[in-house]
Amino acid sequence: MTTASAELQQARRIKRSRNYFLFILFAGPNIALILAYVYYPLLANVYFSTLNWRLGARTASFVGLDNYREFFTSGSGREVWHVTVVFTVATVVGSMVFGLLMALVLNRKLPGRTAARTALFSPYVLSGVGIGLVWTFIFDPSTGILAHVLGWFGARSPEWFLDKNLALVMVILVYIWKNLGYCAVIYLAGLQSIPQDLMEAAAIDGAGPLRRFFSITLPLLSPTVFFLSIAMVLSSMQAFDILRIMTPNGYGTNSIVFEIYLQSFGSYQRAGYAAALSVVLFLVLFAITALQMRFVERRVHYS
Amino acid sequence: MSETGADWRQAFTRRNIMATLFAGYLPMIAALLVIALPLVWMVIASFKPVSEILTTDLNFWPKDPTTANYAAVANRVPLGRVFLNSVAVTFIGAAIKVFLALTTAYALVFIKIPFRNVIFLGILVALMVPPEAAMLPNFLSISAIGGRDTMWGIILPGLGTAFGTFMLRQQFKTLPTELMEAAELDGAGHWKRLWHIVVPVSTPTIATVALVIIVNEWNNFLWPLVIIDSPEKMTLPVGLNLLRSIETETGSYGVLMAGAVIVILPVLIVFAVLQRYIVAGLTQGAVK
Repeated sequence: MTTASAELQQARRIKRSRNYFLFILFAGPNIALILAYVYYPLLANVYFSTLNWRLGARTASFVGLDNYREFFTSGSGREVWHVTVVFTVATVVGSMVFGLLMALVLNRKLPGRTAARTALFSPYVLSGVGIGLVWTFIFDPSTGILAHVLGWFGARSPEWFLDKNLALVMVILVYIWKNLGYCAVIYLAGLQSIPQDLMEAAAIDGAGPLRRFFSITLPLLSPTVFFLSIAMVLSSMQAFDILRIMTPNGYGTNSIVFEIYLQSFGSYQRAGYAAALSVVLFLVLFAITALQMRFVERRVHYS
Repeated sequence: MSETGADWRQAFTRRNIMATLFAGYLPMIAALLVIALPLVWMVIASFKPVSEILTTDLNFWPKDPTTANYAAVANRVPLGRVFLNSVAVTFIGAAIKVFLALTTAYALVFIKIPFRNVIFLGILVALMVPPEAAMLPNFLSISAIGGRDTMWGIILPGLGTAFGTFMLRQQFKTLPTELMEAAELDGAGHWKRLWHIVVPVSTPTIATVALVIIVNEWNNFLWPLVIIDSPEKMTLPVGLNLLRSIETETGSYGVLMAGAVIVILPVLIVFAVLQRYIVAGLTQGAVK
């Protein structure tokens, strides 16, 4: 080996170890934080979930998979599943259907539609706590504006907060209201990518607006619909703020995240059981995201 | 074309104008009302005295507007303190997060080491972990190092940022390599290249990331709720949750609406001014 190439190799080695050092300097803190507060909790949850353990207690007993068994088979566990599924499906379908209607309304080239779009999007960025307070007042059976409006028609306001099913309907309506504009804006981007000449050709061929919508618009929107349904399922399954503010004790509205909170920091303080719910939540959301990624990848390859 | 003239005339026929009005603007206005009315109602009610909240004959405008509700909010929770806490947590947290996202994304794109794509994948997977699932162990870790009921305890576990890193990495990858090569030839180190070359040409993306993070930090509720106990350490959403649990009488909605205005209005104003960046950041991934 000549000295020149040895020197070159040495220079490369120095540069390489210098790069390692720089990389750690630049990316290290963030990676350490992610490891400590995102990855470690996942593992810790798996361990906690095998314990019968009150939050703050010094002792805990190993119970194997009992916490999971309870979540999947007990009455209260089943109720959480029921609330979570009904809440998620209704919120996702409602947001997407009304969001699409809103997008179709905004898709006409009318002056002022950009401002309208901004206004419709706004609830999506507002504090869930603030929104929860506003809608608690609106739904209040004695002083709420909804009760007044119903009163004009001679009807009495239902007891939204005392009936489990009504409470669930109520929070679903509020979440749909919050998500509508977000869905509309995503749909609009999809609608605008539909070639205009296709629509005109169909119109010339005698296809009416409804026919054009179902035969052209909707099929071409299917990637958007898919993306939105995943995004909405993910966000609905993580719902907490509005649920907690509108129904502080989770009466009829204890969707999975709310139940995790109630079980660990509510009066039960059942940390082991809450950890099992956290593990299930993570696995479900992870599976849904993985599904989306696979689909997107395939689309990219096949298109 | 002669048709254009006919089109033009047709566009202004009475029938067409009416059609635009009914099919175009009416649904749009209806949609706007659905979205805006609850917020308008919030603002109006926050200025109503108790008697007008409890009334059976509803008035849209307050007959006797009052700021007493805002004073009541300040009475129940240390409002000034809580507001400042929210501002501090939001901006300190967001500043550190954006800084970390910048340096991490820079390292992932421009500092060549083996396996950096694996590291990126690890960060990407972190994006899929719902923070709610990490809440319980984080509560224990932060409590163990004395962060319970402190401001830094609110900020620390949220600092690692997968979202910001992801967004900025995408942006940095689009930068022309000549730009970086020229800087390298000039003898600029990585630190200098980041702040003098990469950051200035990426400001729109950085603004997007920063705004989305700021809005999320401001609205963040579950974690501060869990880690904070004393009212003077609370952020606004947690303080309002406390207010909600104190103000249980039906007449107290004016006070609660005043609280809602205080937490909603700042974000609404920021959104109205900078909506372009915020919408871009929140809809990223959909519009590719």
